Amino acid sequence: MSAWETVIGLEIHAHLKTRTKMFCRCATGFGEPPNTLTCPVCLAHPGTLPVPNRTAVEWTIKLGLALGCEIAGRAVFHRKNYFYPDNPKGYQISQYDEPLCVDGRFVVPGEDGFEVGIVRAHLEEDAAKTVHLQGTGGRIVGATRSLVDFNRGGTPLVEIVTQPDLRSADDARRFLQLLRQTIVELGISDAEMEKGTLRCDANVSVRRPGEGYRTRWELKNMNSFSFIARGIDAAARAQIALHEAGEEVVQETYDYDADHDTLTPHRSKEEAEDYRYFPEPDLVPVEPDAAMVDRARAELPELPGMRIARHSEELGAGDAWTLVTTGRESKLDGLVAGGLDPRTAFNQVMNRDIPADPNWTELARVYAASGLTAGAVEAATAASADPGFTADEYLAQKAVSDTSELEPLIDRILAENPGQVAAYRGGKEGLIGFFVGQAMKETGGKANPKVLNELIREKLNA
Amino acid sequence: MTVDTLRLTAEAAAGLLDRGEVSAAELHDAYLAAIGERDGELHAYLRTLDEPNGEGVPIAFKDVVSTRGVETTAGSKILAGFEPVFDATVATRCYEHGLSLLGKTNMDEFAMGSSTENSAYGASHNPWDPSRVPGGSSGGSAAAVAGGLAPWALGSDTGGSIKQPAALCGIVGLRPTYGTVSRSGIVAFASSLDQVGPLTKTVRDCALLYRIIAGRDPCDSTTVELPAPVELPEGTDLEGLRVGVPRQLNEAEGIEPGVKAAVDAAIQLCEQLGASVGECELPLSVEYGMPCYYLIAPAEASSNLARYDGVRYGYRAPVEGGLTELYERTRHDGFGDEPKRRIMLGTYALSAGYYDAFYGQAQKVRTIIGQEFRAVLQDFDVLVSPTSPTVAFPLGARTANPLAMYLSDLLAIPPNMAGLPGLSIPCGLAEGLPVGLQLIGPQFSENLLFRVGHALEQAIGFDSVPERLR
Amino acid sequence: MEITREQVQHVARLARLELSDEELERMREQLSAILEAVGKVAELDLVDVEPTAHPLDLVNVLADDVPRPSLPREEALANAPDPEDGFFGVPAV
Repeated sequence: MSAWETVIGLEIHAHLKTRTKMFCRCATGFGEPPNTLTCPVCLAHPGTLPVPNRTAVEWTIKLGLALGCEIAGRAVFHRKNYFYPDNPKGYQISQYDEPLCVDGRFVVPGEDGFEVGIVRAHLEEDAAKTVHLQGTGGRIVGATRSLVDFNRGGTPLVEIVTQPDLRSADDARRFLQLLRQTIVELGISDAEMEKGTLRCDANVSVRRPGEGYRTRWELKNMNSFSFIARGIDAAARAQIALHEAGEEVVQETYDYDADHDTLTPHRSKEEAEDYRYFPEPDLVPVEPDAAMVDRARAELPELPGMRIARHSEELGAGDAWTLVTTGRESKLDGLVAGGLDPRTAFNQVMNRDIPADPNWTELARVYAASGLTAGAVEAATAASADPGFTADEYLAQKAVSDTSELEPLIDRILAENPGQVAAYRGGKEGLIGFFVGQAMKETGGKANPKVLNELIREKLNA
Repeated sequence: MTVDTLRLTAEAAAGLLDRGEVSAAELHDAYLAAIGERDGELHAYLRTLDEPNGEGVPIAFKDVVSTRGVETTAGSKILAGFEPVFDATVATRCYEHGLSLLGKTNMDEFAMGSSTENSAYGASHNPWDPSRVPGGSSGGSAAAVAGGLAPWALGSDTGGSIKQPAALCGIVGLRPTYGTVSRSGIVAFASSLDQVGPLTKTVRDCALLYRIIAGRDPCDSTTVELPAPVELPEGTDLEGLRVGVPRQLNEAEGIEPGVKAAVDAAIQLCEQLGASVGECELPLSVEYGMPCYYLIAPAEASSNLARYDGVRYGYRAPVEGGLTELYERTRHDGFGDEPKRRIMLGTYALSAGYYDAFYGQAQKVRTIIGQEFRAVLQDFDVLVSPTSPTVAFPLGARTANPLAMYLSDLLAIPPNMAGLPGLSIPCGLAEGLPVGLQLIGPQFSENLLFRVGHALEQAIGFDSVPERLR
Repeated sequence: MEITREQVQHVARLARLELSDEELERMREQLSAILEAVGKVAELDLVDVEPTAHPLDLVNVLADDVPRPSLPREEALANAPDPEDGFFGVPAV
């Protein structure tokens, strides 16, 4: 496996959470009764015409900027022609060779960080939803009938295509995680794979390091980041096996079956579909002017990738990643603003449930203090959002570290538990927890656990 | 009062209504009576409404115009029984002006044709000579207006489908500047070429109806506001006007001598009315206009007609098998020969390996045609030519050979490729059959076309009531 | 410009049009003749010419993201050949 390099490119679709569909003003929605969010346009009635959603265009530009893309001076919608029940016009309005955003780059920060080229980001409409029914007559045959719900049809989709710059399933997972967070923080999509508002296909090939590209497989139908990672691995393994056996890898599309860890060929066709792209004659080009692009750029928040890079200086890359991607960042920022050092703040926010809107300065004082009882810190945390919260009463609750107080207590506990003592001395070092626990119980949680631990260990090892 | 539907213009009808000399219901009934009398022979209508739905002048719509709750077939079996759930914008605008729908008129299937012989519901007949075609694809609307079965009507023009039937039936037809009339609710044929326009008895009626329907529609992204309001023409002279006679349009192969004579007379009349007349050249536009059109229009059509698949509305073939069979059989049964041909042609022209040579190249030819017309329109205000190379031809004369039928639009197509408006007015008779004069102007020059058309109309004094019906 | 039977079949498949053998042959003849006529466009050297996709120079026609009422479901399904439980029914793929 180490002699081979995996080459991965991703194709990501995100539903834009605009109020209306891409080319008609039906409300977008999820989970509504079938065919209640439709109109003649998205049902492709005769004589209907598309009118593009301005917000969808603006959000795509915003996303393109966040991905470091160049915004096209002139973008064109194209028709992609094919027949399927979820495609009512018999063509999908999409973008072909003049998309809205091109040539970007996305940085996944860290020591083992990397950069992924973004080929393009473009705007299109989603297909409707088809439900396949099983055959009747008591036999389980292939579906004989399908039911179509056009509610989803026409929802704006942004499609992002990466360069084949990813080199492992784990890289892909991290890239997707950060990309997803970026998209969500831009406020343009909920980007949830379980809900279908984020979809991702992978193009996978392998090669010997230094070689050009070999034939790739397209993988579809993976609806979680971990399935995508596993699908990539499965594909890479299978291709390596073929190459090493001297067999040909044929360009194919596969569905990844996570339950069985297998790749099954995607719907088989005798011939590849010819989409006969041509410029959509019912729509005029979009030429984003400088004002539109500047406005979008001004609306960009500090993106998660940049914040991870920033926090890495104080916390290191790994912890910075964890902080930003688990959504604990604002709490760390609050504590640091309140006077706490970043490292301590990190430990606290990752291990505690800090309520919303606490008094950061006072809470920082609590966390900065040493030798408080565990109970005191917990209680302070819980109360930190209460009006009038101060650190003072909690700072008084120092844990007992006075060995002269603790030693007699420990001696008594050891004497009362000879069996455990013997077991510990016989090798069961995990039992230290038992003794610490007993002592904490007896002191009502007020003993300093570190000191306890040291003392107990000393005595047991004596 | 007895209404002479053969002679009554829309403007006059509006006057009668305004003065209370006739009611909307009486007017409606008068037309229904005329339809009862003559439409058995003409077959201009596919269906009529028993009651008026407005207080104003009655109007007929080509069956390409979606009318809510009223069957709309586009002349095809694949939409038999289909009732739209919304009105086309042009219909709404007519209704808002009080116009009252008389009925839906016959047409070549999906607007593909030049005679109505491609209608799945039978051909229409020319009121001047019922053994001949009324032209197409808006042949039903033209026959209705010429035959006194409607004071005016809406048609649609992609490759001449308003201008040519207007010429063959001796009435006025306007193909507007592309983008000035909404296509929302118009069953689509070729999106970058389709335009809805008026078929009327007089140029003033044409301007009146254009004023009602024209203007930007938020439902159609390809429409624009008119740069200036529509003016009803009044003048009778052409002083100061420069009239261009493009040699290739006026000397094309296939122009009948009688047609040429009538058009030449009209051109001389322009000079007498004060215009200066000169020859000009359109070196490539006529020769390459038809091939250009017959690549772009079928390509767009092949895509626009993909929605007729039996899934959500319209005809669905009864099949035993799966989805592919459903699609293929439905479209086989539901489409007539001409739509099938154009779908095939268009699909081919867009397909992998052929796009650049066919569709791609045709879009470049379109640029050249636009440049040629703009160049001559620097030197001339309006261009003139015959609308159609021939007068109305007999039913069945061109149905065996598609290319022969396509040649009917040889002269009407080139300005369409440039997005230019064209007004056809009757300018005389040849062998007792009407000859149409095509007036072509720059984009948004409808007011100029109306002015020229009106002045000529007054001077020519053509009687648009078919001789046999007087 | 002669096109072959196979080409016609391929195009018919792309267009989801069933054609009988007789129809296929007639279509092949007619398309060959028409392609001969329209193929004329290839005679012109237009390498440096921009294609015209739209007759007007319009750009940026966009609508505000404000919802309009959707169709009541009965109307959406009114013309459906095979409605079921609020869905559009079709034979399986």
